[in-house]
Amino acid sequence: MNKHNNISPNGFEQCIKCTICTVYCPMTAVNPDYPGPKQAGPDGERYRLKKPLFYDEALKYCLNCKRCEVACPSNVRIGDIIQAARIKYSKHSPKLRDVILANTDFMGTVATTMAPIVNATLRLKPVKHVMDAVLAIDHHRTFPSYASQRFETWYRKEAAAKQAEYPKQVSYFHGCYANYNNPQLGKDLVKVLNALGYGVQLLEKERCCGVAKISNGLVEAARRDAKRNLSAIRQAVAEGREVVATSSTCTFTIRDEYPHLLGLENDDVRSQISLATRFIYRLIEERKAKLVFRKDFRLRVAYHTACHIERMGWSIYSTSLLRMIPGIEWLPLESQCCGIAGTYGFKRENYNFSQAIGEKLFQRIKELNPDVVSTDCETCKWQIEMSTSVPVENPISILARALDEEATREANGVK
Amino acid sequence: MDRIENKHYDVIVIGGGATGAGTARDCAMRGLKTILVERLDFTAGATGRNHGLLHSGARYAVTDQESASECIRENMILRRIASHCVEETSGLFITLPEDDLEYQKLFVEACGRAGIDAAIIDPKEARLLEPTVNPDLIGAVRVPDGAVDPFRLTTANITDARLHGADILTYHEVVGFVRTGDSIEGVHLRHARTGEQMTVYGSLVINAAGIWGYRIAELAGVRINMFPSKGSLIIFGHRVNNMVINRCRKPADADILVPGDTISLIGTTSTRIPFDEVDHMEVTPEEVDILMREGEKLAPILGQVRILRAYSGVRPLVASDDDPSGRSISRGIVCLDHEVRDGLKGFITITGGKLMTYRLMAEWATDLACRKLGVTVGCRTAELPLPGSDQPKDSEGRKRKAHIIELSTEQKAAEGRHGTMSRYIPSQNAQDDALVCECEQVSVGEVNYAIENLYVQNLINLRRRTRIGMGTCQGELCACRAAGLLDKANRCSERTLQDLRGFLNERWKGMYPIAWGETLAEIQFTSWLYNGVCGLDQVKESEGKPVINQ
Repeated sequence: MNKHNNISPNGFEQCIKCTICTVYCPMTAVNPDYPGPKQAGPDGERYRLKKPLFYDEALKYCLNCKRCEVACPSNVRIGDIIQAARIKYSKHSPKLRDVILANTDFMGTVATTMAPIVNATLRLKPVKHVMDAVLAIDHHRTFPSYASQRFETWYRKEAAAKQAEYPKQVSYFHGCYANYNNPQLGKDLVKVLNALGYGVQLLEKERCCGVAKISNGLVEAARRDAKRNLSAIRQAVAEGREVVATSSTCTFTIRDEYPHLLGLENDDVRSQISLATRFIYRLIEERKAKLVFRKDFRLRVAYHTACHIERMGWSIYSTSLLRMIPGIEWLPLESQCCGIAGTYGFKRENYNFSQAIGEKLFQRIKELNPDVVSTDCETCKWQIEMSTSVPVENPISILARALDEEATREANGVK
Repeated sequence: MDRIENKHYDVIVIGGGATGAGTARDCAMRGLKTILVERLDFTAGATGRNHGLLHSGARYAVTDQESASECIRENMILRRIASHCVEETSGLFITLPEDDLEYQKLFVEACGRAGIDAAIIDPKEARLLEPTVNPDLIGAVRVPDGAVDPFRLTTANITDARLHGADILTYHEVVGFVRTGDSIEGVHLRHARTGEQMTVYGSLVINAAGIWGYRIAELAGVRINMFPSKGSLIIFGHRVNNMVINRCRKPADADILVPGDTISLIGTTSTRIPFDEVDHMEVTPEEVDILMREGEKLAPILGQVRILRAYSGVRPLVASDDDPSGRSISRGIVCLDHEVRDGLKGFITITGGKLMTYRLMAEWATDLACRKLGVTVGCRTAELPLPGSDQPKDSEGRKRKAHIIELSTEQKAAEGRHGTMSRYIPSQNAQDDALVCECEQVSVGEVNYAIENLYVQNLINLRRRTRIGMGTCQGELCACRAAGLLDKANRCSERTLQDLRGFLNERWKGMYPIAWGETLAEIQFTSWLYNGVCGLDQVKESEGKPVINQ
């Protein structure tokens, strides 16, 4: 009988109904209309397999935070079951609002060309109320401001030519956020990696990782982007470069959502796609590189574990790296969802759930009153900044600020 | 109880399976004063332990034309009168490379003679229609097979019998007959739990007790030549296939895979067993091996699907009176007038047959009863829909679809189980809508509806009426919740605890033969919860009072 092994899509039959996922679900705690991950996932799947009419539109409440999957002792990919069901059965076609929110790279391209005007306009109260009324984008939200120069443009003008000087090379998946909203993050990564002796290359025609398109039901568009990204990643890997990203969600999407939700196999390159903090931590750990920090650097940092880095189990790399900085006063936060879940929290109908989910986290941050909150996810950054007024930075940016660049270059034999 | 003991019935029906329930319905509809008595619960025997296959009759076409014709006629009738118990899935008879494709020709011709619409289709088309089918198939025939839920079917017949004035007694075993000379005039009953005895009087007794009818007949002093045949089945964790898949060859072991509600079923084996085993059947490892080996030939994916449980039922095979050896046993209906056959007045046995032909069996028995009682009312059970099926599935078309989308998952599930009767399920507030059974989406409202209306005294009754405990977790989460609701109705915590213990042990019995992988993990977890956390292992079997877990 040993030959009989239960293999089910996303492990839905591995569920032994312990219900721990529902205990850990941030949405279940605040929204009685959401059936919870167990019901929406493996339990609901049996009924959907019986008849598609059993699909419950309440699955739209799922944040796709994957905390259920982290909690599951049986390796059931509960979040994937729910997302796959939404993709397969939901009859709600994406609204104009969803298309706007999902197409982060198209909107970014347009917005960065007129950044000062766009930023000012999006901050106007009347504009916010019009967007709320017309597009159902909640008026409490402010769009992250767009940079007037894209990271890619800066890179080509200021950095590209020098990269070949470095003995070792990596490719950087910057993602939409670093490109359109926060080019400084990309610049920080180039600075740190260069100091460690690594040249930074960009991918051939990087597209949005697709996470926003997936969650807004634009799966075909997401698949097109994903295919182009994968072929660019394959090219980089073939040329001997690992691919690093500064966004935990982009990293997670490319590594896990591509095969699980878009059906795009990435086994051949998956191990070569990493988060920048993990890449750097491993270099230090394996004594392949050294970090030297400024003596005068002082910062009180609270680290927030974003959901997708929790799912990958990689927050340890970011926290360990930050804690190497001698001038840091370390203020740990309990790992919990901030409530934004990417574009989810921007939608008017979700605003109250979003804020209710994050409330405990915001309270704790306010109590600790750190100089800065650090997190690997850009949408957590927006949420925490909006809800607490404490500035939020990616660990790579803090690392760049704390770095004694000269000394580090010297320690790694970089001229 | 006084009321029942003081009455004089026209007909006493023994047996709460599909046949007994159908007979009670038919009798009551023809105006006969009817009572149905059952020693345990409805569907506790063979009715609750079969494939749930709505036979097209194709399986019998080559070997037994009469059964095949009966099946297809009843098949079409059940689609009309029991639409909420039936799923019109359609079925395939597949020929595998190891089978003789010549048989297909014979098969299709025989189906044609029996009036079964059997169409040869391209194996490629079969794979498109049913993607789980063995891709190596070399032939396929499409037939009007389907799935029928025997629990719902029986409950609906009971409900309708009661609506027509019949009395119903469960957990009352026939322990003797009231006999005057050569005439049966009533039955002595004993309550299964309390042991209290009572007597019910009637002009006619109809023995519809399946294989247990053998002993009933013995009690009445007549002998029926019956052979218990055990059939084992395996239930899979989810709905693997959406069409019934059969092998196109002479009927053999484990060659039917049926989708039923949220699960799929493979079966059956066929083994003659002695009478003393009919109440203590166990699925053997050899049977599990056969079922899995043959099942994978129908749909290879079965080897990778979680198994929920295994169980066995017993067919009441009847040898004709001129063949006491039982060599040429038919699956046909046997209706015995013991007055003619044995000189015993007031006693009829209806047996043989199949779940598919329960209504026809009831019709034959009731026709005979009416002749004896001088009643001339005709049978209308083939025309009048059962309670729950009074609106044909597609009559309301689009309007109904819109209504379906607004329902919650548990309301949709309940509508699937109770048909139009689901309108009586309370759904006034969050308490009513709270889930008791999460795997099978059974709400507090549905449980309360069943307790109040469907003769529920214990958790197993409740399972048969609603599907609680039939899902993936096999009672792990719902058993204690349902026990809490039953306790409110029973007002006896001692009985409730015993019931809970019995229910979980009964679930374990079905998991034991296939306890590996997730099923083993699940039952271990259940055991931690109920023994480790709740201390249920401290509850000992109460002395003197048997735990009824059937």
